[in-house]
Amino acid sequence: MALKLADYKTDVHNDWCPGCGDFGIVNAIQMALAEMCIERDKAVMFSGIGCSGKTSHFINTYGVHTLHGRVLTFAQGAKIANPEMTVVAVGGDGDGLGIGAGHFVAAGRRNVDMTYIIFDNGVYGLTKGQASPTLKLGEKTKSLPSPNTNSNVNPIGLAIASGFTFVARGYSYDVRHLKDLIAQAVNHKGLSFLDVLQPCPTYNDLNTRDWYAGADLMDEAQKRHSRIYKLEEHGFEPSVHYNSEVEVNEKLSQALIKSLEWGNKIPTGVFYKNELISPYTQRIKDKIPNYLENPPAKQNISKNGHPNTDISKILDSLEV
Amino acid sequence: MSSVDFTWLIGGPQGSGVESGANIFSKVCAEMGYQIFGKREFYSNIKGEHSYFTVRVADKKINSNVNDVNLMASFDAETIFRHYDEVIYNGGIIYDSELADVKTDSVHTLDAQFKERLHKELESKNKPFTISGVLEIAKENGAKLFPVSFKSILESLSEETENPRLKGLVRMYNVIGVSLSLGLVKMPTGSLQKAIGDIFSRKAEIAKINQQTANYSYNYATVKFENFDHVLSGTQKEPQTILVQGFQGTALGKMACGCRFQPYYPITPASDESVFLESNEILDIMGDRPGSTAVIQTEDEISAMGMTIGGALTGTRSATCTSGPGFALMAEMLGWAGINEVPVVITNYQRSGPSTGLPTRHGQDDLLFSVYAGHGDFPKIVYASGDIEESFYDTGNCFNYTEIFQVPLIHLMDKFMASSVITCKRFDPAKISINRGKLLEKIDDGYRRFEFTDDGISPRSRLGIDNGIFWNTGDESDETGHITEDPILRVKMMDKRMSRLDLILKEIPDDEQVKSFGVEEHTIVSWGSAKGPILDALEMLKKEGISIGFIQLKLLHPFPSDRVNSLLKDVKTIIDIEANHSGQLGKLFKQNTSRDIDYFILKYNGRAMTSTEIYDSLERIIKKKANKREVLMHGA
Repeated sequence: MALKLADYKTDVHNDWCPGCGDFGIVNAIQMALAEMCIERDKAVMFSGIGCSGKTSHFINTYGVHTLHGRVLTFAQGAKIANPEMTVVAVGGDGDGLGIGAGHFVAAGRRNVDMTYIIFDNGVYGLTKGQASPTLKLGEKTKSLPSPNTNSNVNPIGLAIASGFTFVARGYSYDVRHLKDLIAQAVNHKGLSFLDVLQPCPTYNDLNTRDWYAGADLMDEAQKRHSRIYKLEEHGFEPSVHYNSEVEVNEKLSQALIKSLEWGNKIPTGVFYKNELISPYTQRIKDKIPNYLENPPAKQNISKNGHPNTDISKILDSLEV
Repeated sequence: MSSVDFTWLIGGPQGSGVESGANIFSKVCAEMGYQIFGKREFYSNIKGEHSYFTVRVADKKINSNVNDVNLMASFDAETIFRHYDEVIYNGGIIYDSELADVKTDSVHTLDAQFKERLHKELESKNKPFTISGVLEIAKENGAKLFPVSFKSILESLSEETENPRLKGLVRMYNVIGVSLSLGLVKMPTGSLQKAIGDIFSRKAEIAKINQQTANYSYNYATVKFENFDHVLSGTQKEPQTILVQGFQGTALGKMACGCRFQPYYPITPASDESVFLESNEILDIMGDRPGSTAVIQTEDEISAMGMTIGGALTGTRSATCTSGPGFALMAEMLGWAGINEVPVVITNYQRSGPSTGLPTRHGQDDLLFSVYAGHGDFPKIVYASGDIEESFYDTGNCFNYTEIFQVPLIHLMDKFMASSVITCKRFDPAKISINRGKLLEKIDDGYRRFEFTDDGISPRSRLGIDNGIFWNTGDESDETGHITEDPILRVKMMDKRMSRLDLILKEIPDDEQVKSFGVEEHTIVSWGSAKGPILDALEMLKKEGISIGFIQLKLLHPFPSDRVNSLLKDVKTIIDIEANHSGQLGKLFKQNTSRDIDYFILKYNGRAMTSTEIYDSLERIIKKKANKREVLMHGA
């Protein structure tokens, strides 16, 4: 039965602020799932804590709203135990790059075949607008008593350094483009990361929708110059094609350099893609040959109410 | 025929083969039909600090160590300095004669506190601060000394076998110590050769050198050493006996009962269990293709717990294994598992806290923390095993409980059990039953994960099953799993979850909650690894005509008040025995039964209890000479 976009929506009341960038992300996720015809009961959305954490309740697949900073741990556990699932994890920038930064880095090293989307708005919205890890040093958003005393983390750069094998950035008000990026991320064989710029209309009065649209950069002809541009429209080639150190280093370096671009020009699109790195499930399969056909979640563990596992060889070796 | 009850101690610097020496000795004794209770003590250190292994050998079932040592095999000075006074009358000390003049000050790993105590003792007995000094005291205590130059043994052997490499092979000292010991007690030599062959079965060359060294040393002892009071010539072997290490009980239990996912973060003394699981990750399945356990080393314990929950949501029996500090990090997630009714098992091999505490030493420190871990009210089970054999079967039960009641479960083990080596009856997986509770295989329409039911337990879906979509959240939720802040629904949901506690007490069989070893006027309440030394101490008292009762609490939360009250209704004196400072079980006991503990026997010096010291304290209690709080101190 063909699934429609509406099938991926729940009827849960959405309590995000009017104009919130999160709406665009949820829509894009739902559109991508529908476009890829992913069966609802073979997909699971994991979410962290905060406004973005509610995302899993709005999407009509399995949904697991976890703990602050820990979304990747739950998601990886589920994917490893049942590699047949399509797993998408979402969370805020404070969630993933502040309290959860350790898990972010460790996830990159593992390269589990799933997708992680960060809703990146520079503030902790649900706790009333404190500075988050992506807010720049010295910036003062609306509810900060004084300018930010921390430097910002570079999500794209951190993902590249940590070993994510698909690294991209989207913009929540360009839903079609974001939907395409999500579809690419989900189809990617390995851990994909998507940094989504998402204006918080209530607490971030610096990186607003108008700011991204370049309202302040109007020229004499009153023409706006959007800060956001698409890498693919500028001939940027993010993919690693050969397993050569030279090419890998080149692609990593150009992605890192691009990730530093900010201010009047902000790149979106795919920064880096490498499918030559083995996904974690493959690494398990190398040790356990039938892991993919018979993963933990599929194994039958009993017969007539008793164990079907035969540990007699180990017991024999212990017997005296 | 006189009965055998013999304790052997081997010590040396960490990394010098103390453990493999003890393994060879234990294996030989077990092969010859004896029952074994061995225990390893070691510093938080990789190489150089003092480590020792005590192996008790008997021709009847034993459950603990005793204070007295009958034979000590030492190949360094520190072992002699630290243990000379444990060797009793007619016992023996095999030592390297090259060490006779070594001064305490030249042993850099002797800490200042110990040295001060030792010097005081030597001074009071007018002895020099040397190996000869302490050995004189040992001799005055009635110990027999067996000096032998380890160096010259290797030299002679090197000449005899025309293998010049052997001359400098000091890492053979452990095998020399073991073989001299076995020669001295007249253990038949065939078993020694076999044990070495087994232990080095993958390294033929090393096995050969070790066997030559063993043979030479064994013969040396039989020829050169005078007669020794203790003889271990072998006894009737119990059929189906295994020689098993502490962590193998829960690991084998997990394999057998179908735990297929174990994320973990390295921590002493818990990691051995996970490493063992990973070493045996591919599993034989009766009449089917092989199964497997995915063992994942995570970036921290928070991740280990998060992954474990993620695995459990797929319907996989999932567990993690940790110790106190790691368990502390898991507490927030425990609450998440609680509110989302996720079955997970956390195996906690406790050690001495607080904080890093004594990281390689024993303590039953985490009982109250386990009972109260996590913020907010949610149901969980805290279950404790009393010995290694029990831990195999308990692991099976723990997975049933967590799935039947859909609550997280903390399985308390400890360092004492983890680093013990014992003989026991071969584990029988057929005695484990598998009950997955309301886990669904197939779902039709209209599924609600947290549906209200008569017994308060909802049918459980798993990620990926058709029509089984559910939502989880750490927020309060409605029946589908979506967030709610409705005050009436909140009360219903809290009541639903918390009703599990009464159900657990109702459904788990009495014997699995509290095991009674007999109730007397004086009765002990205890939990966990204190069981073994208690049982042996009671046996000793029985020989003197003194009967003391003992109930072992296995289910610690929810607390089995009714069962405990009915067992203890005629008891006059209640004695709490456990390895922590505050008498944590005593506190739970009082809170739940409104009865006072009359005596506490506690130990928190980081060393496991011996049956000797429990016996001593119990005797004082019977004679009304005991303190209300008896604190045990044995152990180097």
